[in-house]
Amino acid sequence: MTKKLFVLMGLLVLAGLILAGCGAPKAECTDAIGCVEVKSGEPIHIAYAMVISGPDATLGTDSRNGAEIAMDEKGGKLLGHDIKFDGEDDQCSAEGGQAAGTKLAADPTIVAVIGTSCSSAVRVAMPLWSAAGFTVISASNTAPDLTLAGNENQHPGYLRTAHSDVVQGAAAARFAWEKLGVKKAATIHDGSIYADSLQQVFVDEFTKLGGTITAQESVSPDQTDMSGVLTSIAAGAPELIYHPIFIAAGTQLILQGRQTVGLENTYQMGADGMFSPDVMEGAGDAVEGVFVSSPDFTQFGPDYEAKFKPAYAAKFGSEPVSIFHAHAYDAFNMIYACVEKVAQGDKEGGDMLIGRQAMRDCMYGTKDFKGLTGNLTCTPTGDCADPKIAVYQYHVGEYPPEKIWP
Amino acid sequence: MLKRWRQRVTITDIVVWAIGLAIGIAVIYGTIVTWRRAEYTPQQWISLTISGLKLGGIYALIALGYTLVYGILRMINFAHSEVFMSGPFTAVFLAMYLDKIGFYNTYPLISLILVTLLSAAVSVTVALLLERIAYRRLRYAPRLVPLITAIGASFFLQYTFRGLYGNDPETYPTLDVLKGVWMLGPIPVPKTDLVVIVSAFIMMLILYLIVQKTKTGKAMRSVSEDKEAAALMGINVDRIIVFTFGMGGASAGVAGILYALVFSQVHYFMGFIPGLKAFTAAVLGGIGNVVGAWLGGTLLGLIESLGPNLFLSGLGIPAANQLKDGIAFTILVLILIFRPTGLLGERISKTKA
Repeated sequence: MTKKLFVLMGLLVLAGLILAGCGAPKAECTDAIGCVEVKSGEPIHIAYAMVISGPDATLGTDSRNGAEIAMDEKGGKLLGHDIKFDGEDDQCSAEGGQAAGTKLAADPTIVAVIGTSCSSAVRVAMPLWSAAGFTVISASNTAPDLTLAGNENQHPGYLRTAHSDVVQGAAAARFAWEKLGVKKAATIHDGSIYADSLQQVFVDEFTKLGGTITAQESVSPDQTDMSGVLTSIAAGAPELIYHPIFIAAGTQLILQGRQTVGLENTYQMGADGMFSPDVMEGAGDAVEGVFVSSPDFTQFGPDYEAKFKPAYAAKFGSEPVSIFHAHAYDAFNMIYACVEKVAQGDKEGGDMLIGRQAMRDCMYGTKDFKGLTGNLTCTPTGDCADPKIAVYQYHVGEYPPEKIWP
Repeated sequence: MLKRWRQRVTITDIVVWAIGLAIGIAVIYGTIVTWRRAEYTPQQWISLTISGLKLGGIYALIALGYTLVYGILRMINFAHSEVFMSGPFTAVFLAMYLDKIGFYNTYPLISLILVTLLSAAVSVTVALLLERIAYRRLRYAPRLVPLITAIGASFFLQYTFRGLYGNDPETYPTLDVLKGVWMLGPIPVPKTDLVVIVSAFIMMLILYLIVQKTKTGKAMRSVSEDKEAAALMGINVDRIIVFTFGMGGASAGVAGILYALVFSQVHYFMGFIPGLKAFTAAVLGGIGNVVGAWLGGTLLGLIESLGPNLFLSGLGIPAANQLKDGIAFTILVLILIFRPTGLLGERISKTKA
């Protein structure tokens, strides 16, 4: 008797489960790696991971500002949903990348991530985000290996609107050789992949042109006393020191380089990581004559001067404080365009599904996208930049620095 | 005889000595190789030495704060790095203001004195508050308790100052009179460096004389010998401890301004590395010993500044200068293993330890 009852109960429970399963019919997710479900009234979540504190904070806040301008232009709405734009601090370090990476990867509502600011951070965070199915597009990662096919640091789902340093380092070397007529150069990096790969590209290109490298030194990112490294560089008597590092240590190098015996008149050159008013403020008078390479703002589209900069000034009350704001603006708009294209379901603000693989495919397929930084076309490994590099020179009390090459 | 020796020496001892020996040999070998190569001119060695002395002076002044407090309370005040940060990070706003109204470069000496006084005052205040709020109640608690409290206080202070003055580094305006070099015979010495070395030395001397020659100093020394006995002799122990914290704070505040003269930038996290280095210096010289703090600081500054170019590059290590922090902390470990009392360490009697 009891046995029969059990069987009956069991059958009832089973039937109940089946019936419950056949509730309201829903759009099925057919995407290979899953979907983001956006219900009516819920926001579409785009996250950022950028350096927004510490000495390199201008780099990240500037990019975030750029993306916010893009969002404001769209009225903060996408397919009838609000856009939720929030994020984490990548601290411009591997540790920060780990923290921000883990935190964001745990949030299934995220459709895409704009970030990180620094290559060191994305190297750690990207495996997590790639596994979580995110589409990630960085506005300022420039380390070459991130988009180099068949490389352990190149992950599916990663793209960037920033130039690869293969372009930037080579441009710096050509500038030193052709424009300055320098024959002997030394490099300093800070152990970050950004600086290390940049100086290596510089070294390769400079030696190919016929120059001599007297030293390839390094400092740590938070080092303040540079006397040892500068003395050891002075021993080789280079005519130019290339230090493509970040603001904190870079400023100390500029300051102390001017005081080192044998380097008083040596040219100093940094890269885009040191294109910031903080360098001017930190280095004081010593900043006079220091070169930095950076994207060429004069070749940006006409909207940059006419629309973007006024909007930036109106919202944040200043000129752009670093250099990757336009890249972040373009990154945001690329995501926007792709969400518009791949979202399924009610596109008037109702329930929607966004396929994660479809999103990635759409981003990689970006072709001739008219952005502020140029016409962007993505390669299969995610290099979307239209790189135009220029060299600028700092003068005391003048920001932004003066463009001198090409 | 041999048997007793075998009983005393453990395998750990042998391994430790082997490591010490290996490091010693590596250092000597590296030095010889570099010396033979003659990569650097004598002038470059001299400028490295000067820079080492400059760093050493700053380390020594900070180390003094660790040493004085340890001497009296037998505790490591790990929040001392924040005492060091608080002064110059506050005084930078005065310096910037003076620069804005044009006073800074017109009256450099008065400005420097004003800025230094403010920095020292803030550091002293922070040190006294620390003692009163965080440590006094724990004076008779087990030794681990004030240590953990110190670490907590350190974080609290860091983020309080971050909240007060923000994330961004602030920059001291440059003093025109300190630009360039003075020629000492044939040797060019950057003016800033000389000012820093001399002021650090004078400050050390003053503090040393206070400890050794004044009545309060004598009271400090007796409290450090034995608190109870000192109290019985009519010494106000509380007041002496407060005075000690004040002295440590003042020297940290002055060290902060010297640091700012050299490196210009100050921020809320600036105390961390110099604090650790100064702690190393204090341990190296013998913690609890004022002369030891000076010796340890100077030695550490010199080793850090000369070391990478002297022996690391001789060993063929690429980009040796990145490892200078490594050198400092290797020294700390070695000292703790081989001579825990430091170079001039006092023999700590059982009752004091």
